[in-house]
Amino acid sequence: MKTAVVVFPGTNCEHDVVHALESLGGEAELVWHRNTDLSGFDGVVLPGGFAHGDYLRTGAIARFSPVMAEVERMAEQGAPVLGICNGFQVLCESGLLPGALIANRDLAFICRFVAVEVADTETILTRSADRGQRVDIPLNSYEGNWVDPSGTGRVVLRYVDEPNGSQRSAAAVSNEDGNVVGVMPHPERAIDELVGSTGGTVLLKSFLESLVPA
Amino acid sequence: MTSIAEPIHRQLGMTDPEYDSVIEILGREPRPAELAMYSVMWSEHCSYKSSRSHLGRFPTEAPWVVVGPGENAGVVDLGDGWLAALRIESHNHPSFVEPYQGAATGVGGIIRDVFTMGARPIALWDQIRFGPLNEPKNRYLFAGVVAGIAGYGNAVGVPTVGGEVEFDPTYSGNPLVNVMCLGILKREQLVLGTAGPPGSIAVLLGKATGRDGIGGASVLASASFDYESDEKRPSVQVGDPFEEKKLIEACLELYDKSLVIGVQDLGAAGLSCATSEPAGRAGVGMDIDLDSVHVRETGMSAPELLMSESQERMMAFVSPEKVNEVLSIANKWEINSAVIGTVKAGPTLTIRHEGEVVAEIPAASLADDAPILDRPSEQPAWLSQEWAKDAPLRQDLEASEALKMLLDDPAVGSSAWIHEQYDHMLFLNTVVGPGSDGALLRIKGTDKAMAVSTDGNGRLCYLDPRRGSARLVYEAALNVAVTGARPMAVVDNLNFGNPEKPDVMWQFVESVEGISTACESLGIPVVGGNVSFYNETDGVDIHPTPVIGLLGLADPAPVDPPRISRATDGMEIWEVGPEPTTSMAASVAQRVLNGGLAGRPTEPDPVAAVRSVQLAAELAHQVPTLHDISDGGLAVAVAEICIASGVGARVLFDDLRRLFTEDPHRFLVVMAPGTTKLPDDFARRVGTVEGTTITFGKDRASVSLDEARKAFGQAIPRRMSV
Repeated sequence: MKTAVVVFPGTNCEHDVVHALESLGGEAELVWHRNTDLSGFDGVVLPGGFAHGDYLRTGAIARFSPVMAEVERMAEQGAPVLGICNGFQVLCESGLLPGALIANRDLAFICRFVAVEVADTETILTRSADRGQRVDIPLNSYEGNWVDPSGTGRVVLRYVDEPNGSQRSAAAVSNEDGNVVGVMPHPERAIDELVGSTGGTVLLKSFLESLVPA
Repeated sequence: MTSIAEPIHRQLGMTDPEYDSVIEILGREPRPAELAMYSVMWSEHCSYKSSRSHLGRFPTEAPWVVVGPGENAGVVDLGDGWLAALRIESHNHPSFVEPYQGAATGVGGIIRDVFTMGARPIALWDQIRFGPLNEPKNRYLFAGVVAGIAGYGNAVGVPTVGGEVEFDPTYSGNPLVNVMCLGILKREQLVLGTAGPPGSIAVLLGKATGRDGIGGASVLASASFDYESDEKRPSVQVGDPFEEKKLIEACLELYDKSLVIGVQDLGAAGLSCATSEPAGRAGVGMDIDLDSVHVRETGMSAPELLMSESQERMMAFVSPEKVNEVLSIANKWEINSAVIGTVKAGPTLTIRHEGEVVAEIPAASLADDAPILDRPSEQPAWLSQEWAKDAPLRQDLEASEALKMLLDDPAVGSSAWIHEQYDHMLFLNTVVGPGSDGALLRIKGTDKAMAVSTDGNGRLCYLDPRRGSARLVYEAALNVAVTGARPMAVVDNLNFGNPEKPDVMWQFVESVEGISTACESLGIPVVGGNVSFYNETDGVDIHPTPVIGLLGLADPAPVDPPRISRATDGMEIWEVGPEPTTSMAASVAQRVLNGGLAGRPTEPDPVAAVRSVQLAAELAHQVPTLHDISDGGLAVAVAEICIASGVGARVLFDDLRRLFTEDPHRFLVVMAPGTTKLPDDFARRVGTVEGTTITFGKDRASVSLDEARKAFGQAIPRRMSV
């Protein structure tokens, strides 16, 4: 089973995501944003970074990248689609997730470990976790403040001590079916105690366990 | 003010004798484009004309040096086929004129220097210095510089894993912004800044050329400042990290596929430098056609095209049969590219614009024939008077009160306000990150790790540039040693005042001597650096502020490296290193408690320095916590461990001088009793980890952990939120 890790110009977390998925026994491959055929893949990750320089608005240009039609097709077919940080922003812009991500309340970039709590275990990011389970994973964003005027978004992870203004303290959000998830902190940065924490392991394992042959 | 009637060469920052040399080289009056090229290439910033005769003093050789000074970055051998590339550079004046863009383009420039060598840039360090934060202008500069580093570094995808900040009135009119970058590469990916053999094609990659940054090197970086320097804002370049990110990936693919012969980045002096330097290095000439350069505004003149410092550009030299593949890779990464010239035999660099020859000069003369000045240097008279003084320390405070005052100092307090705005985790290499001594970065797939520390101290170097500079090297070495690494190589950024003043020149020469002797004692080379002169405003020079960036290698890296957050109740606190004197000269305590600087800093001891470094690197494999003793002395070092670990401590003595002296070569070991035996003649027990307060000797008062945390944590935020 294979995961496509999409690379937009300006993406920068792609190698870390591949490293993390492979360390946890998964198989992952980088896919350039001009690719229009993801038929060999069983799931997709949109990694963090600054797709298309975040120009205009975070994710606003990336949603028009050629690969996104395939990402939408896979999302509709129920395949696991995970957006991390900038990938979360792209998923909101493309309408696969509700709401939008705006500048942090304090108008400063935040890079530090934060504690999050599992609020919903029926998603591709949390199926192997326990409800209420707390993990430490690093936040690394300027536009991490999730607003959801519709009030329909399913909150998957909640900040224990909300750092950026996010509504309902949401750190991760899913679509109705639980197969499309956006997460603001970076689980791939927390799979190894040597570089800080293993808090992301249970989340990425959930993702890998959600993959079913396409 | 520059008068209209002044000759053009003077307006471009060139002296009359330099102009005469140009006439002599060419055998005629220079054309405007030629004059423009000489003026930027012979500027202080590009030519090192005031410093070059002294830089030869640095030791530059070691068996592990692959590329020494003179290329875009130094390169050292890490073993098993891995190389590291490193470089440091200043962006002081641009950051004063426009803090966000000045700092951002400083980051962009140093990253380009490193990936020009074939390396993937993997980490940045920032050394930033400002005037006191009670001045609104300094808060604006500080916030702008940090935002600029964050804005560029985060978006370009290179983590900022360490650095240092200082606040001192000496930097009020001239902040310092120095950035160091480290890259890693496999040996076969190494690329040099050479134009290659005749017939090679010059391909300009990256952003379109515009009028930004024209004369940045000569107008901004090589001249003194006054408080009306805002007028120079058009000389500051504007950065685009997205373009640079694409440029990095495109270049790395070119190297991977062995498609280039040589590469040169376009930084200071733009195309003038990127044509003449690689040609000079290869001993060839070049035909360049400026009409082929992709531009983003119309009507640019030849001098403007040649002097523009538009960012995110790279020049690649390619064999003719590989040009198409190079252009298609540029196209894939969505960056612009253009074939702008051909390398030819002979010494002449010929440049055409709109069908006419606008420059025809010996390529090597721009770099090699730059003037070398032997500027007079003289020890300032006031210094020996200063040395004769004792450095008093007020004695009306209890140690606990003094500690609280020091922890609240923004240069001593937590740097979280700064480093939490930087991505310091990307690439998953950061084993020890900002807020500790050296940063430790693992090399995935090996047992090795690289450690880097950057250190500067204007107070120390003001009171004794030679001793101060040497102590910086030793401090940086100890900072990497406490992570388990052995020192390997140094890059330096020498920030000084106006070199036309003999006392500034003396400070410079002394500093070079101090750095050199310390490197020799440690057996490590200087592999690159940068000199920044004219750091003065309205005639007042900054304190001499050399900054050292030191790379160490831990091979193997400690399985479980020491961290300052690992102290637990009942552990012993030991001080390792020579017994300190009671000197307070140049200490933070002197500045914070007394206000002012006086006395002569303690002389470093090379033998003790080496012993400390070796011992620390060994202990890093055995004990939970090691911490260098530097700013704020032993008391602050203990407090930092307590704050990070969430524990209290009892320190055995209460004498202020003993607690706050910054005498060199010392570090703390925190360990469970009996973990390892420390040498009796070089280590002493100084306290115990216990409780939730920090207490000193017989003092009745103490500092609670909460008080310490608050003072330390709020030192910067409380000053920035006024």
